[in-house]
Amino acid sequence: MLIVGELINTSRKAINEVVEKRDAEYIKKIAMEQYEAGADYIDVNCGTQVFDEVETMEWLVETVQSAVQAPLCLDSPNPKAIEAGLALAKFGQPMINSITGETERFNQILPLIQKYKAKIVALCMDDNGMPDTAEERMNVAKVLYEKLTDGGVPEGDIYFDPLVKPISVAGNAGIEVLETVRLISQRYPNVHKICGLSNVSYGLPNRKVLNRLFVVQTMTMGMDGYIFNPLDKTMMGFVRASRALLGQDPFCMGYLTAHRNGLYDE
Amino acid sequence: MSREAIIQEAIDTILKYDQPRAVQVAEQALAEGLDPVDILTEGFSAGIRKVGDLFGRGEVFLPELMLSADVMKSVTNTFESAIQGKSTQKKGKMVFATVEGDVHDIGKGIVISLIKTQGIEVIDLGRDVSVSKIIETAVQENANLIGTSALLTTTLMEQKKLEDELKKHGLRDKFKTMVGGAPATQRWADRIGADAYGEDAAEAVEKSLSLLNK
Repeated sequence: MLIVGELINTSRKAINEVVEKRDAEYIKKIAMEQYEAGADYIDVNCGTQVFDEVETMEWLVETVQSAVQAPLCLDSPNPKAIEAGLALAKFGQPMINSITGETERFNQILPLIQKYKAKIVALCMDDNGMPDTAEERMNVAKVLYEKLTDGGVPEGDIYFDPLVKPISVAGNAGIEVLETVRLISQRYPNVHKICGLSNVSYGLPNRKVLNRLFVVQTMTMGMDGYIFNPLDKTMMGFVRASRALLGQDPFCMGYLTAHRNGLYDE
Repeated sequence: MSREAIIQEAIDTILKYDQPRAVQVAEQALAEGLDPVDILTEGFSAGIRKVGDLFGRGEVFLPELMLSADVMKSVTNTFESAIQGKSTQKKGKMVFATVEGDVHDIGKGIVISLIKTQGIEVIDLGRDVSVSKIIETAVQENANLIGTSALLTTTLMEQKKLEDELKKHGLRDKFKTMVGGAPATQRWADRIGADAYGEDAAEAVEKSLSLLNK
């Protein structure tokens, strides 16, 4: 299981403000809290800073690394910002979020994966846009799998993101993702799966309930990575409990640790 | 049934998302010789605006908003043949696109289906559309409004490019522009000189209507 802590993202208002003020202490605190809460990777996304994204990325990477020795997930639509982050990342194996089957994006990102030996989040979308069905997603996944492995990327470094869309907009959005995860697990057993969760509940009330249930449902299908807020104790508790129930937690040690850390006090 | 009663019924069917009854009410209005444009505007469309209001207040949710647009669509289908040939005036014409380099179109689809309910003609250019194509179409179609959606921070710049290109070609005063999409904000709209920003589908409808009234 790989948890990417999503909080350092300038599309969140509070983060945007402190980034603009270059308030290093707040960023360090958020990085540390996520790491201590069990995040394996710290996501760094400053995509909203369109005018000086590269410089902001560099500042964020250095600030986060001054607080925690955690590997980073460099997250941007802008390849220059990703590369700036990769060049400075110094703990563990970095991760790139993300590559897609879109021709231009693929050609920009593949050299970065190769050069920095990074893990890669591979979004199941291509020049035809965002797929609706599991079958369409699998068509993109197949092409991505072949092109990435042909490019020398080890299977274990690939994290397919099935692309979670809101069930408020398309009633089948949830089930199509579950089916995709099942098929990926079956066809590419050595490749990982990762996704964000909050999209699934967009436009609906009581989003936490839907997000938490979706974690359990996707894990059951074989999802083994998430990009979410690790400070959400209940969510982390659900992940740990789900692992124990799926036989991925020898002697329930992870579950018991979660219990002792107070993840189930509600 | 009186005109008033039909209008009340029409609003009610939208608020209850009751497709079969909405179509029935529309058919009844036609059978009784009422003006379909009047029933649409004062009845069904008013219902949609009310749903939009409730959505803005967090009492109605996205699936319901979409369902209301769906019900509206079957109503307009029912009225279509009756309205054709009559001198119905569309409130305006809007060219809509997701900008170049961006393939996100879920939100745009929702916005368009709601805007259509208000008697605005929409030309949907789809996704990944270049600024020149957008301007070309707007000029050809003699549109009043241009709406663009951008979901990525990198493609957001296309909305600025649209403003710059319109200015460069002396076309800026010919159209009103509206921007939307996750990374867009009112501040962004102000900064690039767009006429409006739509936070969500309901607000996009409200603002398109008010831009057309200007």
